[in-house]
Amino acid sequence: MKRAILRYSVPLLFVALCVFGIVVAKITPPFLLSEMFVRIGRNSLLVLSLLIPILAGLGLNFGIVIGAMAGQAAAILVVHWGIPGIAGFGLAWALATPIAIVLGILTGALFNRAKGREMVTGLIAGFFANGLYQLLFLFAVGSLIPFHSPAMVLPQGYGLRNTVDLSSIQYAIDDLIKVRFMLEGVEIRVPVVTYAIIAAFCFLTLFLFRTRLGQQFRAMGQDAHVATIAGIPVERNRVVATVLSTVLAAWGQLLFMQNIGTLNTYSSHEQVGMFAIAALLVSGATVTQATVGQALLGTVLFHTLFVVSPLAGKALAGDAQIGEYFRVFVAYAVITVALVLHAWQSARASREASQRTP
Amino acid sequence: MKLPTFLHEFGIPRLLIAVFLIGLFGVAVATHMDLKSLISDSIVRVGRNGILVLALLPAIQGGIGLNFGLPLGIICGLVGAVISLNANVHGFAGVALAAGIGVALAIPVGAGYGWLLNRTRGQEMMVGTYLGFAIVSMMSVFWLLAPFQNPTLVWAIGGRGLRTTLSLGGIYDKVLDRWLQFTVGGIQIPGGTLLVFLGFCFLVWLFFRTRMGITIAAARSSTQFARAAGISDERTRIQATVVSTVLAAIGIVVFSQSYGFVQLYTAPLLMAFPVIACILIGGATVSRATIGHVLVGTFLFQSILTVALPVTSQVIQGDISETARLIIQNGMILYALTRVGRA
Repeated sequence: MKRAILRYSVPLLFVALCVFGIVVAKITPPFLLSEMFVRIGRNSLLVLSLLIPILAGLGLNFGIVIGAMAGQAAAILVVHWGIPGIAGFGLAWALATPIAIVLGILTGALFNRAKGREMVTGLIAGFFANGLYQLLFLFAVGSLIPFHSPAMVLPQGYGLRNTVDLSSIQYAIDDLIKVRFMLEGVEIRVPVVTYAIIAAFCFLTLFLFRTRLGQQFRAMGQDAHVATIAGIPVERNRVVATVLSTVLAAWGQLLFMQNIGTLNTYSSHEQVGMFAIAALLVSGATVTQATVGQALLGTVLFHTLFVVSPLAGKALAGDAQIGEYFRVFVAYAVITVALVLHAWQSARASREASQRTP
Repeated sequence: MKLPTFLHEFGIPRLLIAVFLIGLFGVAVATHMDLKSLISDSIVRVGRNGILVLALLPAIQGGIGLNFGLPLGIICGLVGAVISLNANVHGFAGVALAAGIGVALAIPVGAGYGWLLNRTRGQEMMVGTYLGFAIVSMMSVFWLLAPFQNPTLVWAIGGRGLRTTLSLGGIYDKVLDRWLQFTVGGIQIPGGTLLVFLGFCFLVWLFFRTRMGITIAAARSSTQFARAAGISDERTRIQATVVSTVLAAIGIVVFSQSYGFVQLYTAPLLMAFPVIACILIGGATVSRATIGHVLVGTFLFQSILTVALPVTSQVIQGDISETARLIIQNGMILYALTRVGRA
């Protein structure tokens, strides 16, 4: 019993925090339910994209930001060509795939050159890619690359505006089958198709874990050295894992944006990695161990706090800003604690290993 | 393709950056820009950022690697600055009080941080990054709730919570910059700030010649021998982290007086990254750095940041300097991360 509590201490703490916030801010169940239905649909796929690199021993893939950029680039093209609805979304999804594959291969190659430091490398690679992304969309588009669309380009003739209106593909998936019901006067939308897609990817991920490749990933995650001796192409598989993660992140970001309906050209992708990773870790997942169930549980818990925190801050201190700073703090703190625990355990393990072999 | 040895040692990215800087100055000359003001602006920014860059040196020499946890020390310095402003201490005394309080806080904070880094060996950079992020966002809540009453510091509306930027105008705005300021051939030089920066460089140089400094460097370069000689590398790593954190606290106070504003809330969040890029551009690696790297790197990177905006705006409209900064800064860090254990 005691061990069970210890094992689930992080999610339990989070449940307590959420319940506290809900009670303090007097949040009604219908409001929370309607928010959560939307937010789970938006974010789950991004969180799922983190699982494969964890299995393969790469740790938390902070490089999913790069995948998100690929998704955004595809969305920008589709809006530019003016292809609406499900066709536009499908095309965006298809276009994002090759971009994400190329970027994933590059990221994976980078990770292979920085073994043991994949996480910090992924984080910095995200920042670096952000610079290139800005160079492309703020300067090259419209000047070097022909792109004439007054609604999207800045008045100076090149560079995209800060926001791109995605209303042409908004709810393309969410409202493919419209399901709405009223609960105590609050309209609750259930994005059925989005949930079906998320469920499909949950099963695909589970299926992948059981394939030959998945087993190789698992072996690499447990001990890369032994895996190499066993004849597993570790370096190649690490790239494959990164590519899969990047592609999933690109699709996840597209799913996210079709719900939001606007793209903040230069900032939508920036916090994708941090929020997805914090959500995963909230469930009690670690740098080396995470399951599909944890990804879903983490999404629910983290986004409940996300909804509740500003309202609770307002109710407690009369200032929503406190709640907003607090939830950012929680996101960072959760990641920090997970990283510290992971590093602490692996440092101890390597110390014990070196003591065993004189 | 085999590169000449000197080129290989210098490194391709560093070469590209130097060429880029020369190119920027070339454009500046060609378009008849005011070179003197560009150069003096560059020098002002070297003095402004110098001690923060210097703060990385003890961490690298102590075997911790790139200290992405620099915001911990920065926060200590900011608390000192806010306290000194709240007490309304002007001039040199204000800077000294801010730095003094900053150092007093940075010693225990650095010790705690060093202790944590000892327990998370191999992941120091990641732990440092996120510890920094977490503390900065925690302090954002603190700034909002802190019991400061001075009406020049808190929001006019509501009367509670510190403002995001506190102006130092008339308090200790540029006191070090103006002290010993002189002009050479039309180029204004902020003598005081530069003197303080060089003074700290000398102190750090001296520190690595004291008993404690030598053991810190020895424990990093050959842990086994150091252990045999009775040096605990756990201890030296904590010492190195404390020195680094203390320098960061002083560094942000010097930065703020030169900049003229104290920036709170999310401002320190990403401050470590450009500073780290500076020392790497100067030639440092994850495991080796010298005072020379600090000086050269700060001058190169800060000059690019200063010159890029006015020069590129002559050629194209819009501000490309921020984009260039992102690419250069993070490209440099990535390069260093992929070369650990090679060079």
